[in-house]
Amino acid sequence: MKIVRRVPTPARIAALTIACAVAAVGCGSGGGSGGGSGGAPTLGIVELNLSNPFFNTLEKGTEAAAKAKGWKVMKAEAKTPGDSATQVTAIENMIANKVKAIVVTPANATALNGVLKKAQDKGILVLTVNAALDPTDAADATYATDNVTAGKLIGEWAKASSPSDPHVALLDFDLSDKPAADRHNGFLSGYGITAKSPVVAGSALTQGTVDTGQSQMENLLSAHPDINVVYTINEPVAHGAYTALKNKGLAAKTVLVSVDGACSGVEDVKKGIIGATAMQFPDKMGEMAVAAADQYVKDGTKPKGGIIDSGTVLITDHPVAGVDSQSSDWGLSHCWGPK
Amino acid sequence: MTTAHDVDVAALERGLGPRRDLRGLASHQIAGPLAALIVAIVVFALSTSTFFNSENLSLIAQQSVVVGTLALGQTLIILTSGIDLANGAIMVLGSVVIGKMAVHGNPVLAALVGLVICVAVGSVNGMLVSFLKLPPFIVTLGVMSVVAASARLYTSSQSYTIGSDFLTVLNEGPTVGGVTITYGVMLWIALTAVLGYALSQTSWGVRVYAVGDNDKAAALAGIKVKRVLLSVYVVAAVIYFFAAWQALGRTPTADPSGYANGNLDSITAVVIGGTSLFGGRGGVLGTFIGALIVTVLQNGLTQAGIDSLYQQVATGVLVVIAVGVDHLVRRRQTR
Repeated sequence: MKIVRRVPTPARIAALTIACAVAAVGCGSGGGSGGGSGGAPTLGIVELNLSNPFFNTLEKGTEAAAKAKGWKVMKAEAKTPGDSATQVTAIENMIANKVKAIVVTPANATALNGVLKKAQDKGILVLTVNAALDPTDAADATYATDNVTAGKLIGEWAKASSPSDPHVALLDFDLSDKPAADRHNGFLSGYGITAKSPVVAGSALTQGTVDTGQSQMENLLSAHPDINVVYTINEPVAHGAYTALKNKGLAAKTVLVSVDGACSGVEDVKKGIIGATAMQFPDKMGEMAVAAADQYVKDGTKPKGGIIDSGTVLITDHPVAGVDSQSSDWGLSHCWGPK
Repeated sequence: MTTAHDVDVAALERGLGPRRDLRGLASHQIAGPLAALIVAIVVFALSTSTFFNSENLSLIAQQSVVVGTLALGQTLIILTSGIDLANGAIMVLGSVVIGKMAVHGNPVLAALVGLVICVAVGSVNGMLVSFLKLPPFIVTLGVMSVVAASARLYTSSQSYTIGSDFLTVLNEGPTVGGVTITYGVMLWIALTAVLGYALSQTSWGVRVYAVGDNDKAAALAGIKVKRVLLSVYVVAAVIYFFAAWQALGRTPTADPSGYANGNLDSITAVVIGGTSLFGGRGGVLGTFIGALIVTVLQNGLTQAGIDSLYQQVATGVLVVIAVGVDHLVRRRQTR
């Protein structure tokens, strides 16, 4: 159910540094034997922090798809958002182990470009999932949610479901994070407003968690008790915002929307806590990347390149005309993360 | 028979030791934080029309309780010249154990198990710091990783909605003039008062300050330093259990991802509240005010429509000023 990315804290960074010092190899790369010449090809999977169920699902989906196609797998993870140093080391180890393809969720849009170029020069196919590199063609292809579209879907639904005198609140995550900015901008464009529009009563940054969502919603409601439309960066924030609205007796008359499609978030849609959410498909990102890698190993065909949308679906039990959606029951059978 | 230990502690209690100084310092140390709090309140009261009303002020108190309570435990540890990086993780582990157990079981029993777990982890910290003499920073850093991962493993990173009235009771409370004063806020004030009393009026408090000020001198004065240190980590862990209970009331969700910065936020509240990171000086009243300052900044800046990043800037500046003042006072004293 959790957020796309988390804020790194000095404590976490310190913890990671020490953990790496103690187990030098552990952070660099996980198990898996070399890709060698003969035998099954090896796929390198480099993920972000696996304590976040989103990336955990993404890794498991990629690994399962690879094993189903007879690949061996070598895994590594960065423990915090932005920890590209660990990812670079892991990719170097994978190149040395002669993997045939690397599937990476980049911790940073540019930091991996150099090492990934080295991989490509050795004939390794480089695919990114969930986020693109800058420039996009630094990878052979990218499989990701189009977060602008995801934001747009909930914006359009919120607009159609809004009361006649809307007062919009925006509960964001740090907007220097690209998916967060894309969702924010997508919502505004779907709703047909700008951030400076008088319809926007207030906005606040959260850390993508239930507790920060609740506190910031409380703060906005103190200043703007007339808020009746709330955009949230993800479902934990939406859950917290709902508690703040409920405590004020405003939950029933407020339109609350979010993005992610975690099972706990879809449950909140079913319970009427969240009006609509845009579902992502981390499994599918991994499957698409593995299919491309498999094709490449078989006949040398590289994927088309650019950003390939892994899809997003609006989940709501109150469909509106002109916006395609699926019910929460459908959502519960397609959601990701712990049920 | 009178032992050397009894004599020396009695002397300390009569004010012949560092205690008299400590009392004087305590009053100076809360003057700065109190002034900062008042300035922040006045600025926001003048710049927004919605900040200074009883309902919003009560909200600020409610928003402060979790980190404020965590910071009380942190204060005890910092007073012994230690630091607790694990306190947020201990609180989260306690809350998710309580939350998950309560889904299918007795909430009172779940709370008791949560208390036992918090105290067990606190005791491990205390043992490692006092008996093995390991640096608190390293011990609590390691324990933080273990505890945070345990919370995720136990819950599969899933959060649990709390349905029990007993577990969310701290979010309830009497309503006076449309303003709810929650039992959680009352508990926070009560804990501050009890700890404030224990630190300033009991021999345990004198020993805590003495150990933090100079553990070798304290040992020479007959104070059982290891025992005092262990007691501080255990008492802090009990306080973290109360913070876990507060958190379950406030968000009605046991979330293994919640309060990710609880440790740093609590250190911030302690430092802004005037307690010295070098140990031996400060107190829980300052911490109480420090926690309020952090919440007032977030609440006020959000209401004023100013980017939340400025809240981090303002908080950071206050931390540096607080440490700077502490450094100057310390230098003047050692001259």
